[in-house]
Amino acid sequence: MSGNPVLYDHPGPRARVRNAVLTVVFGALILAVLYWIYRKFDEKGQFAAVLWEPFLKGATWNNFIIPGIEGTLKAAATAMVFALAFGLIFSVGRLSDHRWISVPAGIVVEFFRAVPLLLMIFFISYGVPFLIQSSVPPFWSVVIGLTLYNGSVLAEAFRAGVHAVPKGQSEAAYAVGMRKSLVMQHILVPQAARAMLPVIISQLVVLLKDTALGYIVSYPELLQLGVNVLSANFGNVVQAAIVVAAIYIVVNFGLTSLASWIERRSKRRGTKTQPVGPLVDGGAGA
Amino acid sequence: MRMTRVAATAAAAVLALTMAACGSDDGSGTGTGTGSGTGSGNTATGVVGKAASGSLKIGVKADQPGLGLQTGTAYEGFDIEMAKIIAKGLGMQESGIQYVTTVSANREPYIQQGTVDLVIATYTINDERKTKVNFAGPYFMAGQDLLVPAASTITAPEQLAGKKVCSVTGSTPAKRIQENYKDAQLQLFDSYSKCITALAGNQVDAVTTDDIILAGYASQSQYAGKFKVVGKPFSEEPYGIGLKKDDKASCDKINEILKAAATDGSYKAAWDKTLGASGKAAPELDVSKLTNCA
Amino acid sequence: MPVFSDPANFDMYVSGFMWILKMTGVSAVLALVLGVLLAAMRVSPVPVLRWFGAAWVNIFRNTPLTLIVFFCYFGLYATLSVSLSDDIDLNNFWLGVVGLSVYTAAFVCEALRSGINTVPAGQAEAARAIGLTFAQTLRIVVLPQAGRAVIAPLGSVLIALCKNTTIVGTIGLLEASNIMKQLINDNGDQVILIFLVFAGTFAAVLIPVGYLFGWLANRLAVKR
Repeated sequence: MSGNPVLYDHPGPRARVRNAVLTVVFGALILAVLYWIYRKFDEKGQFAAVLWEPFLKGATWNNFIIPGIEGTLKAAATAMVFALAFGLIFSVGRLSDHRWISVPAGIVVEFFRAVPLLLMIFFISYGVPFLIQSSVPPFWSVVIGLTLYNGSVLAEAFRAGVHAVPKGQSEAAYAVGMRKSLVMQHILVPQAARAMLPVIISQLVVLLKDTALGYIVSYPELLQLGVNVLSANFGNVVQAAIVVAAIYIVVNFGLTSLASWIERRSKRRGTKTQPVGPLVDGGAGA
Repeated sequence: MRMTRVAATAAAAVLALTMAACGSDDGSGTGTGTGSGTGSGNTATGVVGKAASGSLKIGVKADQPGLGLQTGTAYEGFDIEMAKIIAKGLGMQESGIQYVTTVSANREPYIQQGTVDLVIATYTINDERKTKVNFAGPYFMAGQDLLVPAASTITAPEQLAGKKVCSVTGSTPAKRIQENYKDAQLQLFDSYSKCITALAGNQVDAVTTDDIILAGYASQSQYAGKFKVVGKPFSEEPYGIGLKKDDKASCDKINEILKAAATDGSYKAAWDKTLGASGKAAPELDVSKLTNCA
Repeated sequence: MPVFSDPANFDMYVSGFMWILKMTGVSAVLALVLGVLLAAMRVSPVPVLRWFGAAWVNIFRNTPLTLIVFFCYFGLYATLSVSLSDDIDLNNFWLGVVGLSVYTAAFVCEALRSGINTVPAGQAEAARAIGLTFAQTLRIVVLPQAGRAVIAPLGSVLIALCKNTTIVGTIGLLEASNIMKQLINDNGDQVILIFLVFAGTFAAVLIPVGYLFGWLANRLAVKR
């Protein structure tokens, strides 16, 4: 029902007038607020050229922002691979018929879903070294934290996906004599993965955003380099944050658009898998 | 057919991601450190030994103007100049120094676990830290002070009652305010640059930490003339150079280098080049206060 | 439990989680209200409202919460001079609540919108056929069914919100994560214990909440 012409009648003359009035009033309101924000920023000198100038210089981008983006993407990409693997392993584990596998897998997944990522990364960086008598580099603190959390969320998504595959599919597979591992591998997981693809991608957006927590262990990602270190050089923390936020929005919007494109595409092709109710994770973290 | 296409896409995606993951490698503390140094960090191969082999990993701050500031691929500031003096004294090239960004909370672990060989990062010598690491120095006597707007009437921490004062989460200066000046309202951020921004916007009345750090911020060109350091330190923060607890030989050697630097003008040159911009004259390096590296 | 037997530390632990609870409670209500309004905007007949809802979701959902909370302090408070309390802690608390609410509302809106999609078109058509207006259709027929369909996702959103409150620590509120850091700084020898207590508290509260929402979702599901 996207676009939802179903929810209201085709506008008649009166409704058209009413919509036009609402458009004008609401539009004016938004513009007024935006203008107020603009005026206030101007009053406080936030548009002063000296604060924005650094962003016109190539060196600023080469020294801070681009290395920051690289750091963010490197951590996100590594964590995505690990999180997908973690999610796959633990979803299958949780679906296992053996209780000695399914119960521990369930506990792990539930625990890591419930602990704030901020605490997790902090602990990996400052607590785990006491356990293993060796320091954990910031990069791995971030990647491991992201993997444990997002992997657990993905495990639940995969599990929901497997449950959404029509029963007939697995029954038919058992009927032709496949073992459970084969049924999983060849029938359930591929269909579940496809049904859950939009959920998986939106979780990857969450993961990408969460790399921003890397700054608490001084991992050089976009927030750390582009806001904290950059503004220590130029004294323009608000401006730096605006630029960095814009970069995050563009990158994540791209990923989100990819997710909805895939969703539309799979709908059009009419996969037999039932749409798995609206399963959104709350977009945790950072 | 459909299935294979999905599988192929997935495989391609994973491949691309893996390649991206392996593609770049700037060693800023990410992949390094775990393996080396942990087992063999004894006196024989301590800092002196590593310097002899031509490379040292030195932990420094990345976001403190005038002291340790990352300016892209390079670092600059007084701590960085000290690092260069020590490297030179140990007979190695400046280019052999690998700077590693540290934050206050990970300085001891980084030394203990060998992620870095030395820490020169506004590192106050105190008894609690001495139980974990060894200190050479002090190479500078800092003290907690206040940074206030140029027109402010605040001249001492006692006048902070009811005022908003900003510092960094979990830092010693923040704790001192919490304990000794309970009437002050404490605003905490995760970096001093945010405190300075809040001070510039009048959201807080003062920023507190070591005077030398405050001087570094105050001397930045964007803030020229806007702030003043009160100039009455209410604590003693002797800055030391941290290294492994059992590396007494290197610690003694670094103290020797500091002694030489105090008289041959290189210490003054380091100051003039960096914090001299704050208008403060170079301090004397008081060699009588150097630690005994016990 | 040597750390927590010190009453001062125990009080810190309690006060840290009290902030978490208060922020979760207030932000949950605000985010729900805002989210419902945004969802209504996104399906409304007025293009400007639809556009506004979409812009809101795309901006806030795609920005790290750390930055949103940062903007609440340095944008809303510092630059726009919106002061929410004279007390420094309460002010930061409310600024944090604003950040959490606008961020979480984007997720509530998207959850509700996907819920609206699960309501069969015939329901809305029937509502229009008996002469209900858009607002009435939404309020009386569509949203109650959509809401019941998205109880589980809303539960996830609530749980994420609760965990996200730790991020307000970045503007200085002494909530659980900051308290944990402080305790770890002061008691370096008991890092593991301190982490397990803090993480365990979150898990002990949030895992049952997760199951509760699962159970509710099943119970209240619209049977078709």
